[in-house]
Amino acid sequence: MNIAKIPLGDWVERFEDWLTGHFGPLFDVIRLIIQGIVDAFSFVLMSVPALALIVLIAALAYWIGKWKLALFALIGLLLIQNLGLWEPSMQSLALVLTASLISIVFGVPIGILCARSNGVRNVVTPILDFMQTMPAFVYLLPAVSFFSLGVVPGVIASIIFAIPPTIRLTNLGIRQVPADLAEAADAFGSTPSQKLFKLQLPLAMPSIMAGINQTIMLALSMVVISSMIGAQGVGAYVYRAVTQAKTGVGFEAGIAIVIMAILLDRLTQHAFKKKS
Amino acid sequence: MAILEVKQLTKIFGQDPKRALAMLNQGASKAEILKETKMTVGVNKAEFAIEKGEIFVIMGLSGSGKSTLLRMLNRLIEPTAGQILFNGTDVVKMTPAQLRQYRRKNVGMVFQKFALFRHRTVLENVEYGLEVQGMEKKKRQELARKALQLVGLEGWEHKRPDELSGGMQQRVGLARGLANDPDILLMDEAFSALDPLIRKDMQHELLELQSKMKKTIVFITHDLDEALRIGDRIALMKDGVIVQIGTPEEILTKPADPYVQRFVEDVDMSKVLTAAHIMYKAETIAPERGPRVALQLMRDSEVSTLYVVDKEKRLLGLVTADAASRALKENLSLEEVMERNVPRVKPDAYLNEFFELMAETRLPVAVVDDELKLRGVIIKGAVLSALAGNTIPEAGGA
Repeated sequence: MNIAKIPLGDWVERFEDWLTGHFGPLFDVIRLIIQGIVDAFSFVLMSVPALALIVLIAALAYWIGKWKLALFALIGLLLIQNLGLWEPSMQSLALVLTASLISIVFGVPIGILCARSNGVRNVVTPILDFMQTMPAFVYLLPAVSFFSLGVVPGVIASIIFAIPPTIRLTNLGIRQVPADLAEAADAFGSTPSQKLFKLQLPLAMPSIMAGINQTIMLALSMVVISSMIGAQGVGAYVYRAVTQAKTGVGFEAGIAIVIMAILLDRLTQHAFKKKS
Repeated sequence: MAILEVKQLTKIFGQDPKRALAMLNQGASKAEILKETKMTVGVNKAEFAIEKGEIFVIMGLSGSGKSTLLRMLNRLIEPTAGQILFNGTDVVKMTPAQLRQYRRKNVGMVFQKFALFRHRTVLENVEYGLEVQGMEKKKRQELARKALQLVGLEGWEHKRPDELSGGMQQRVGLARGLANDPDILLMDEAFSALDPLIRKDMQHELLELQSKMKKTIVFITHDLDEALRIGDRIALMKDGVIVQIGTPEEILTKPADPYVQRFVEDVDMSKVLTAAHIMYKAETIAPERGPRVALQLMRDSEVSTLYVVDKEKRLLGLVTADAASRALKENLSLEEVMERNVPRVKPDAYLNEFFELMAETRLPVAVVDDELKLRGVIIKGAVLSALAGNTIPEAGGA
């Protein structure tokens, strides 16, 4: 027997058209906001002379980490500058910081809601699974049709890929607060928000921070894919190198990404440790 | 009036508590309900009243429902049915806001595993209950310091809980429970996680604190020794039912059913019973009476010794039958022949404190109170029979 193919693709495309048709203005607003944030980060990162910023980051690394991290920051960033990749690297960094910031702003509250209600968690968890496993290329296309080409759909794609760890680990951290402590907070007459801010969030902080760290790393891993839809930055160098088979250029840009990744990872980890 | 009165308080865990409750009301047992509905009767129609200033111990083995019962008193666990009257107000009917006020002002709680907030200092832990009330920092710190002083932890304010030993951590827990000066303190197996020596110290200190503060304390334990030591009254629970409520003496001496009986069998009675519990009425005689009267009295009451007491019943000495006979022959007064060095104990002395005395002397032991008045007499047979768990004589005495 021949069963007709389910026209899933058609439905998705019709849904996409419907969204663009009815929510165009909303998407425009979102685009403007995200573009604004990216521009602000870019402005800050690029208005400071490269060498001054390098010294500043090395000093920061020394303050929150130790001298080894400071030395790595100094040498690594000087290498990026020497390779002539400073400007695109800062563009990529602006994209990563924007995506991470938005992921945290939405991810932590969603994580809290998941921890408070099994219902919310049961709805959110499969969505997160979907977001993390659906190949990024697939949602690049609708992102472009909603937000047009450029850095904004790149930020959106990065958020979709990078927000799950923050949500998951916020939820986990709060749920792991020992039951007798939660009971004690209740027994002394805490309101739900007092319990959240005085007990659950402080105790969940290491877990939440681990989630945020993962989110930043995942956002950084998206810079190459974002460049395929017109996001400027060091990812575009990699993409171009791949399409033109220029191993050397690709390697240089790749090294720049690795250096940024290690720096962001160690800096955030040490900062969280220092805080607690 | 009772400060806390519990009526028909019931908790059923499961999908459809109403159905199980109906079965319970029709007389079904816990086991039948579990078998038929897969629901557990946690607490089955508990009923008691706690007086202001008493230490009320709820005791039972694990799974007896004691912890559930305690948690219903501040609604950490919602009751399925019944009433909890705090000074006449039904806690079960309180709105969330009223319940918070009740928890903030009226009931404190101390937890088995301390449940200290590890991200806060000792002082901040003790402040917590006051902080959530919105009290300003200076005032709540002052009250928290006072509470810490009360439990002997001044100087430790700025340590973290995990820097303290178990005993000290539970003092912090106790201080936290006391900081907002609640009317009732709920203590959930508060000393069970401590090692035995520290545990005894804490029990002792709790009693000491209680003699100053006169709080109403509801104390949960699975340890009968602990219950007997600190409880003014004890409620014994089994399978969610309160089997017996009574003073420690009542529980020991008049167990309500075979379960309680079995429970108290292993108790070392020598650490529980006092001289006052096992003493008999003493036969006495006034010093100005003659030896002939004394011998007659001994014959009539079938004893071989008499205690000589003055008009205020103060103990002067003891006359044996031999001594009375000698007085008669040699024409002496009772005062001249009586034994003045009488072995004696105080009424509140525990049995194990005067075993040695009993072994050393061939005379009966007099029970004499602080005013030197003779209250009763202890004979060896009574001690042995009390230790064997036999019925104890009605407390006699002068």
